[in-house]
Amino acid sequence: MKLKRLLAIARKEFIHVLRDPRSLAMAIAIPLLQLVLFGYALTLDVDHVPLVVWDQSESWASRKFISEFSGSRYFSLRGYMSHYQEIERAVDSGQALVALIIPRNFAMLIESGRSAPVQLIIDGSDSNTATLALGYADALAQTYSEGISAEKTQRMGGRPIPPRIDLRPRAWFNPEMQSKNFIIPGLIAVIMNVIAALLTSLTVAREWENGTMEQLISTPVKGPELIFGKLLPYFAIGMADVSVAVLMGKYLFGVPLRGNAALVFVMAAIFLTGVLSVGMLLSVVTRSQLLSSQGAMIVTYLPALLLSGLMFSITNMPKALQVISYLFPARYLVKLLRSIYLKGLGLEFLIPEALLLTVFGIAVITLANVKFKKKLV
Amino acid sequence: MFERVKHMLIKEFIQVFRDVRMKGVIFVAPIIQLLVFGYAVTTDVRNIPTAILDRDNSVLSRELLARFVESGYFEVFAYLDNDNQVKEVIDRGEAQAVLCINRGFADDLYAGRSAEAQLIVDGSDSNTAGIVLQYSSRIVREYSGQILLRGWARSKGAAQLPGQVEMQTRAWFNENLESRHFYVPGVIASIVTLITLMLTSMAIVREKEIGTMEQIIVTPITPFEFILGKTVPFALIGFADVILVTVVGVFWFAVPIRGSLLLLFFATALYLMTTLGIGLLISTISRTQQQAMMTTFFFFMPAILLSGLMFPIANMPNPVQWITYLNPMRYFLVIIRGIFLKGVGTRILWPQMATLAGMGLFTIWLSSRRFRKTLA
Repeated sequence: MKLKRLLAIARKEFIHVLRDPRSLAMAIAIPLLQLVLFGYALTLDVDHVPLVVWDQSESWASRKFISEFSGSRYFSLRGYMSHYQEIERAVDSGQALVALIIPRNFAMLIESGRSAPVQLIIDGSDSNTATLALGYADALAQTYSEGISAEKTQRMGGRPIPPRIDLRPRAWFNPEMQSKNFIIPGLIAVIMNVIAALLTSLTVAREWENGTMEQLISTPVKGPELIFGKLLPYFAIGMADVSVAVLMGKYLFGVPLRGNAALVFVMAAIFLTGVLSVGMLLSVVTRSQLLSSQGAMIVTYLPALLLSGLMFSITNMPKALQVISYLFPARYLVKLLRSIYLKGLGLEFLIPEALLLTVFGIAVITLANVKFKKKLV
Repeated sequence: MFERVKHMLIKEFIQVFRDVRMKGVIFVAPIIQLLVFGYAVTTDVRNIPTAILDRDNSVLSRELLARFVESGYFEVFAYLDNDNQVKEVIDRGEAQAVLCINRGFADDLYAGRSAEAQLIVDGSDSNTAGIVLQYSSRIVREYSGQILLRGWARSKGAAQLPGQVEMQTRAWFNENLESRHFYVPGVIASIVTLITLMLTSMAIVREKEIGTMEQIIVTPITPFEFILGKTVPFALIGFADVILVTVVGVFWFAVPIRGSLLLLFFATALYLMTTLGIGLLISTISRTQQQAMMTTFFFFMPAILLSGLMFPIANMPNPVQWITYLNPMRYFLVIIRGIFLKGVGTRILWPQMATLAGMGLFTIWLSSRRFRKTLA
């Protein structure tokens, strides 16, 4: 392998990249857009769930109960209903997600110290939102009940503070539990995964499709020189993406970086080499741009988004899928970046992940080199 | 004209399926996507790895811990002795939650004072952490309510109990709140979008890139016939994928399909007009397949994220919500989920369908206008 030839290929590839400013601009813009969307717009947190109420009781007690809901930021009262059909219509059309039905004898039951059934109908089609909304509704009903007991105790001249357990929750590493602190570090991995593999998936296939591979074959350039030379410009783009993402995370979104910034870049570089080689491998094997870019999309975007633990925690998945997730390096990088960013851990805690990442990179790049045949078939 | 279009269709199908691997991309990849989505995407949190630091070790503290274990949400894997161990298990990521009960817990409760319990959660996964907090506060609240009632009954007699609100919950459309029922219909939208956009935009640009476009221009085929020939095969492939994914979703994942299948196909046809139109549009503004692919992805990524597939639109900031009205996938998802889960029909879904039809006609018109120019 001669460095001179490798650099010549790298230079040629650079020129190719620069000649197509739109693709280059998009290679930078896609990560930016994704960061901005995740940082500002996308969240699984739920508030202001649209609510409708059918208050059959129309009493002081029921109005107080409703005000628990309308006064909280988790629900927003969209209207009062007076028929079951109206509720059906509101939920069917998505105008309301939750409907409360308060029975006629609500006030009487509460006054006489019995339990008053309140029916809560929820649109379960979005199960995540539904689960969270149910939790909020439960908590509000509990608060209301507690308020009633406290009042009653006072009226009966009892001790105003009943004995109870006070749960003091504390969230470590992310005290306000902001989802951006959790998403942004992991997102860096996903962004790189997709961009890198998409970019390289075309590069060798393009030479085959356009026939310029024949010209390259007639030059003295060797396989590894071609592969590494072609990787170099995309590696530069990928690292530029990482830098932009880290800077945006710090200055735009205020995500704390508690660990070593250099470690972030080293791990990102190892990961990048691996995923760039995945694209390269696809390109070498398929020799078709359409096929290899589809392949890259399938083996990177989806697993990186779903199987990396970025949004959906891996421990909740079926065992078989958990095993499969080890095949996709995004999983390791997401874990690494989160630990470095939020927990401030050093390399000594992260050796297994770092090691697996390195092994993955070396394996794929070797495979790409082996699979590349400088021959006309 | 039909003769020419027919030949064009045959040519496209031969070209797409000439490569056996392309069949894999079209027919196997969607199933893999569906399986991954169906199994991986679950926002239900269970078996939360939990450690316990019980300094009180009394009947009451053990009773509270038992409530945590019985709930089925928490899986207690360790009993700890000191604070250092708490830090250790959280740092290593072994425990998602640690419940600490201080000495004097039971004494406080017996004396009628408020007792304290501490819950430490790993906040780095804020979504899971939020759910863990919700579960634990519900368990503690219920337990604490029972203790309250016990005390009450002892001092004042059971007849004097205060009134309670009892929530009777019913989830419509998805009784057990399974995430799968929500996501699997959504995957149909994402698969159809990706396949049709990619195939249309890249197939035309490929003709340009490798020079066969010039051969097509010298044939008597008209631009209109050419567009038909380049979109109809991909529309058919899109339909095949919809059927495939629906069959697997219904029979493998047991996702209910409560509405009309016919309506589903009709809505798919409306939606495909938009994706094929956008694919064509991308092909007219791209010279190389690389450009076409990057542009497609530049459209596809925000379209997926801002569609409500994974992130509810209602939670987005208002300006972003306005943008989502431009996203055809948003409407398609409402229709698909409406048909699958709610079993509603045109009476409820007509606004979405009308919007898709409008968007489809507009993009097809726009792209064919631009297309004539590029051919000339």
